[in-house]
Amino acid sequence: MSPLKIKKGSTSHSAYNLHSGYGDVTERHTLAILVENEPGVLARVIGLFAGRGYNIESLTVAETDHEGHRSRITIVTSGTPQVITQIKAQLGRIVPVHEVHDLTVDGPSVERELALFKVAGKGDARIEAVRLADIFRANVVDSTLESFIFEVTGTSEKIDAFAELMRPLGLVEVVRTGIAALSRGN
Amino acid sequence: MSKAMTGAKMVVQALVDQGVDVVFGYPGGAVLPIYDEIFQQNHIQHVLVRHEQAAVHAAEGYARSTGKPGVALVTSGPGATNAVTGLTDALMDSIPIIVLTGQVPTFMIGSDAFQEADTVGITRPCTKHNWLVKETDDLARVLHEAFHVATSGRPGPVLIDIPKDVQFATGKYTEKKARKSYYQPQVKGDITSITELAAAMEKAKRPIFYTGGGVINSGPAASQLLRELVAATNFPVTSTLMGLGAYPASGDNWLGMLGMHGLYEANMAMHGCDLMINIGARFDDRITGTLDKFSPNSKKAHIDIDVSSINKVVHVDIPIVGDVAHVLEDLLKVWKSRGRKTNVEGLSKWWDQINEWRKVDCLKFKQEGKIIKPQYALQRLEALTKGHDRYITTEVGQHQMWAAQYLGFEDPNRWMTSGGLGTMGYGFPASVGVQMAHRDALVINVAGEASWLMNMQEMGTTMQYGLPVKQFILNNERLGMVRQWQQLLHGERYSSSWSESLPDFVKLAEAFGAKGIRCDDPANLDDAIMEMINYDGPVVFDCLVEKHENCFPMIPSGKPHNEMLLGDASTEGAIQGAGQALV
Repeated sequence: MSPLKIKKGSTSHSAYNLHSGYGDVTERHTLAILVENEPGVLARVIGLFAGRGYNIESLTVAETDHEGHRSRITIVTSGTPQVITQIKAQLGRIVPVHEVHDLTVDGPSVERELALFKVAGKGDARIEAVRLADIFRANVVDSTLESFIFEVTGTSEKIDAFAELMRPLGLVEVVRTGIAALSRGN
Repeated sequence: MSKAMTGAKMVVQALVDQGVDVVFGYPGGAVLPIYDEIFQQNHIQHVLVRHEQAAVHAAEGYARSTGKPGVALVTSGPGATNAVTGLTDALMDSIPIIVLTGQVPTFMIGSDAFQEADTVGITRPCTKHNWLVKETDDLARVLHEAFHVATSGRPGPVLIDIPKDVQFATGKYTEKKARKSYYQPQVKGDITSITELAAAMEKAKRPIFYTGGGVINSGPAASQLLRELVAATNFPVTSTLMGLGAYPASGDNWLGMLGMHGLYEANMAMHGCDLMINIGARFDDRITGTLDKFSPNSKKAHIDIDVSSINKVVHVDIPIVGDVAHVLEDLLKVWKSRGRKTNVEGLSKWWDQINEWRKVDCLKFKQEGKIIKPQYALQRLEALTKGHDRYITTEVGQHQMWAAQYLGFEDPNRWMTSGGLGTMGYGFPASVGVQMAHRDALVINVAGEASWLMNMQEMGTTMQYGLPVKQFILNNERLGMVRQWQQLLHGERYSSSWSESLPDFVKLAEAFGAKGIRCDDPANLDDAIMEMINYDGPVVFDCLVEKHENCFPMIPSGKPHNEMLLGDASTEGAIQGAGQALV
């Protein structure tokens, strides 16, 4: 099972603490969930979020260890600290879930997202799009005389910013992979 | 070591290897190969129920009364969907059962075939885990893994969906211990936290043990250790509905059940304690009442095998993740090694206070006149069955709460009731499962007439297998708990809460070849109950009781423990404001 740390309470007036202490402060957390790569495992994880009313802001999943039958699911979720703790505990009890890591509290981590942008245009707008893409270190992965597809990698904020700039320049379509994240160091 | 055999034979082989002696089931097209194998062997007895829901509840009854996993076998499509209520019931109450479902052949899955349903999809949220087996070579491993998952950690229901072609095909059967499962929940508690709890116990002036179904699920050793701990500390002990019997009802430190219909002294002690030690319970809403006024001045410790139960609804100060028996063993060791200290002076004052609360005698009632009070019926049932090797199941409603209040349980695994899900129709099939496991015991299902009718088709099963289960029906011709809430909350508008066109229960019993007994006079009640006990065969006991009796004490929705209602005197407008929206 996953190595979860339960936060210990600090006051004796704990039943009141549940409400006043936790408050309504919503936090955003990135969770890395290592699962047995078996049929239905993703449905179990997202079914848990749907069934218990938790949020999913971003979801990324793929097999990461073919030999070991492991997949890695990265979920960005939000909620009060109590809800976040409960989400991790609930994930931990799913039978094919091996480990749950909260990258937001476990220490510094790196988050990246990849996005593809289709931008159509002519003349100055087209030139401006390429110029901005260069600033963002975006790659051109497809081009026609009237369109480009840019590939951008970076934090979600960077991709948001690039989308904002492309919109007036003829943005047609966007696809984002969702966040992939790893903790720093070893 | 592996042997070649068909998938259907593997199912039977795995059940035998796992020590299964009874399977509750109902055949159908997609499980015929398994039924064919069952026909050709003598190790496992198959009990033909009359509805798949009953198969699962019977497996639950078997599991709850033995501590061993129960097994049900049903067909695809409707067989599987009918099993869903039982699966959810077992999930809510943490009961280890294995449900085997047939499925259409693999090459027809997804084609909307006859009696096809997405069984693993439907049952994913209502099982601890489930599997669709597409290769016969995987079947044996999955079967053994299913037993491991159902019984390890927090127990629960699992389901294996087996397509018909997988049952027919031949594959390699692997033995039980062939591969170690990656599912290994933590059973030992953190010793630092256990020591912290022991230290808190030494200082506590007003401690209380609040025990739950986790003590029962942990096995007889856990109940034994709890009794030792209570005897060693002299702390009072209360229990949830699910935990009755872990500590004996005749024990000096027993306060009775707590919660919405719990005893006054138990709830007042929970409200007033300074150290609450939750052992294998989960702060259910039936227990806590309104959360912001729940036991406001106590330090709370929580022993639970499921991490997600801790801090889910109530914030606790000393969380201990582990199996109850393991943790209590360590706790006793630590407490003894520290010198067996308690706050004797504080504890003595605490007991004085508790004894004051006990004097309220919250379960008192007056049996007057010619109409049987339901409380009286249960009091007499308790008195007349006390010395027997007795198992009690219940349906859901007022009778269930009265049974919990007026019957005493001396041992674990003697009380089978649907707690979390509150499934009307649970008790009768559960009594079938209990009686299959304990053929010579006195098995009584305390029922209401409305709940009982939900699965009354099981009369056929009791007759076929000669199961002498006693159906003790408190017949008030009402959906009593619904009626009570309508009286308290909905201006006495009794919308659809009475039972019209009831059958003649005596004739109904006789139609199945069973015995029917009717009693409507308190003077005859003892004789009638004795007749029921002494009859060697299934009995339907139609006990006509007071129609408008309410179940008290009661914590109204939205109120804390110390604002209980004790009787009919004070119920006007009892549930108001936010409490009205609660169930």
